[in-house]
Amino acid sequence: MALKRKDLLGIRDLSVEEITLILETAESFKEVSGRDIKKVPTLRGKTVVNLFFEPSTRTRTSFELAAKRLSADVINFAASASSMAKGETLLDTARNIEAMQADIIVLRHPAAGAPDILARSLRASVVNAGDGGHEHPTQALLDLFTLREKKREFRGLRLVIVGDIAHSRVARSNIFALTKLGAEVRIVGPPTMIPHDIERLGVTVHFDLDEALQGADVIMMLRLQLERQGIALFPSIREYAHLYCLTPERVRLASPDVLVMHPGPINRGVEIAPEVADSVASTILEQVTNGIAVRMAVLYLLSGGK
Amino acid sequence: MDTQEINRALTRVAHEISERSRGVESVALVGIRTGGVHLAKRLARKLQEIEGVPVPVGELDITLYRDDLSARKEQPVLRKTEIPFDITDRKVILVDDVLFTGRTIRAAMDGLMDLGRPGEIQLAVLVDRGHRQLPIKATYVGKNLPTALEETVEVYLEEMGEADRVVILA
Amino acid sequence: MSASAGLLIRQGRVIDPGRVNGLADLLIQDGKIAAVGRDLRAPAGADVLEAQGKWVLPGLVDLHVHLREPGFEYKETIKTGTASAAAGGFTSVCCMPNTQPVNDTQSVTEFILDRARTEGVVHVFPIGAITKGSEGKELAEFADLKKAGCVAVSDDGRPVMNGLVMRRALEYARAFDLPVVDHCECLHLSEGGCVNEGLVSTELGLHGLPAAAEDVMVARNLELAVLTGGRLHLAHLSTAGSVRLVRDAKARGVRVTAEACPHHFLLTEEAVREFNTNAKMNPPLRTRKDVAAIKAGLKDGTIDAIATDHAPHAPFEKDREFEYAPFGIVGLETALALSLILVEEGVLTVEQLVTAMTAGPARAFGLAKGTLAVGADADVTVVDPDAQWTVDPEQFYSKGRNTPFGGWKLKGRVVTTIVGGRVVYP
Repeated sequence: MALKRKDLLGIRDLSVEEITLILETAESFKEVSGRDIKKVPTLRGKTVVNLFFEPSTRTRTSFELAAKRLSADVINFAASASSMAKGETLLDTARNIEAMQADIIVLRHPAAGAPDILARSLRASVVNAGDGGHEHPTQALLDLFTLREKKREFRGLRLVIVGDIAHSRVARSNIFALTKLGAEVRIVGPPTMIPHDIERLGVTVHFDLDEALQGADVIMMLRLQLERQGIALFPSIREYAHLYCLTPERVRLASPDVLVMHPGPINRGVEIAPEVADSVASTILEQVTNGIAVRMAVLYLLSGGK
Repeated sequence: MDTQEINRALTRVAHEISERSRGVESVALVGIRTGGVHLAKRLARKLQEIEGVPVPVGELDITLYRDDLSARKEQPVLRKTEIPFDITDRKVILVDDVLFTGRTIRAAMDGLMDLGRPGEIQLAVLVDRGHRQLPIKATYVGKNLPTALEETVEVYLEEMGEADRVVILA
Repeated sequence: MSASAGLLIRQGRVIDPGRVNGLADLLIQDGKIAAVGRDLRAPAGADVLEAQGKWVLPGLVDLHVHLREPGFEYKETIKTGTASAAAGGFTSVCCMPNTQPVNDTQSVTEFILDRARTEGVVHVFPIGAITKGSEGKELAEFADLKKAGCVAVSDDGRPVMNGLVMRRALEYARAFDLPVVDHCECLHLSEGGCVNEGLVSTELGLHGLPAAAEDVMVARNLELAVLTGGRLHLAHLSTAGSVRLVRDAKARGVRVTAEACPHHFLLTEEAVREFNTNAKMNPPLRTRKDVAAIKAGLKDGTIDAIATDHAPHAPFEKDREFEYAPFGIVGLETALALSLILVEEGVLTVEQLVTAMTAGPARAFGLAKGTLAVGADADVTVVDPDAQWTVDPEQFYSKGRNTPFGGWKLKGRVVTTIVGGRVVYP
């Protein structure tokens, strides 16, 4: 089968078959990244544009490497430098880029739904690299890839997501993906960070971390954006850490071969205790490798004659 | 071709390889997915019978090197490349079931070059059906099978769950 | 069409709730309703409009319209806005003061009325601001505004956040018998929101506007109305909570009137999916429970009027990221047909619907409109209740194309709109 879509805007609309296809394709690309010559000519002559309206070194370099390893030409647009500052609209900017014969546009933007506007109006393929609080599909896919390598089976996997769910596009994408694949997803955080009606997406809600960790197979910690303290989401970092920091004692409440994941970088002592952080560090590094493989798979599957 | 003919052809090819290489010291077989992989393994077994030495076998997926990706509406499914040995300086024999336009072999050579610097590349095919579009020639041929362009040649093997045979379909 | 010789509208179903509901002729002379009855004779020189199979209604009254002039003429002007109103069967519109400059002085009110006189085609009743610049701090000069022609005061677009200021506004307005109209929204609770807070906002990763943000302000305003004895009018109710609070208040005898918009009784937050900015307005589309409550409120009279909150924007403004697109949709040209759906569904009788769009709003603001009594202004709307049509935003008289109803197949269409005895549409 193949990916019969022009764009990758989110996980919510992907079928289980499509997700599986992307993950299986990523396996082949992981092998390419392991070679001495980390390049294949597959996207030779294609142009991939990274259009990033939010600063991001990790995701952007990941996409850049993925495209380059496929022999595509890569251009990076950082919004502050370009004409956005002169008041050009998103659509105008993207149309200009398309006029340069861009084949794929990778967009990261602070407003939810921004990639959808581009996808509707451009012939080029659009990949969502994070739109506001909405979705970050390639991050979820690379989380799934890592999980698949380590845990094999998603169905019945007990997974706990901890932290600021309401503002996390990574959490949202992961929730869509994991519930689709049959995992049992528990979300934990202070009530101020749990979005309205989220149980209707198929997850269970907990405010008590210790209780939620019982028998967990996977713990996904989210980054706490410390600047959010100011708007009454939590009273102090001290209290947040007291309630939601992953300590060695808490890790022991989970199943013995629990996998701890974090999108990085870690706020040591806030989300994860220093002793636990070091073991998580190695998974974070694997995620970087897997991220490139998954993004290569996405770019490969979206390209193809139109 | 039927089971017996296939077997005889492979045996003859194995002897040819052993003779031309004067032993199999630096020889490695790389089967092109998917048809060539089973044949490569069979050849390796025969070579081991003849020479008494195991010959390494690898599997190469050439999808990423195809020259027709832009023209296709959907990207073909990828399979894994598994070559668990260093090909640099080796005599690599690519193995495929049917040699036709030669484009698959061109892609396979590009793929091999990205994995190392082989000392020599040779090509062994079960069937050569003619109609080359590139200047490619097989070093070892099981059988020459002249065909019309519109016909297709299918190779069925036991490993695929079928009786060994080669058929020409109109 | 000569206003003096008159106009006879023949054989239509005249619906003037409380007075007439049946086959009748309507005679207009000198810009006034001269007679209503069977088999009227046309005076010499008068024009005749055949209205067989049509409804003949008092001209519709819209309490909540944004005409955008002065200051935002690229979105709409008084000329295009009133043309849009006429196409929708509205003969009187009340325009909100969030123009540029804000209508908080006599001179801006006079400008609007002057424009309406020279370029408008329907009656324009300005609503003045409650506070200077609508900043919510100092009261505007209500006496001047009333003298210049304002019929109510409102800071619409924004709520009056400060309870003391709202109290003073209700008290001060009593001296001029001006209704005080509030857009009920606690800005702290709704901060950053752009859709209803619920399942859709959670799935789309958008900040939500909780229903409570409206309910708490409705409750506050009702208590202030009790405290001050002032005249309170609540704009565009959208939640079940608001309807319940108003119902209880009316039962207690509080002097309050309320309006609701067609999109709040026909659409839910589901319309926002796919990040459709043409379904983005404030207050936002809510849930089915809220839609049912609005319908019930219209049925039992808790809600006095159907208003449009017609809010045109230039297409390029809406054609962008959902969060950054401005709130608002147009409504003048679709309101009647959309509201007729309530009659189809059996929620309202024809008379109740007509009242909600004529006498109900007129009464709320004390306007001498919304009636076909002899001697009343000849503002008449003729409707073909069976006409089937498809909403095509590109054909709107309004400059705005921002509607979520594009493509809807509707039944019921305005065929003639008459203002002061003159046909202004088509």
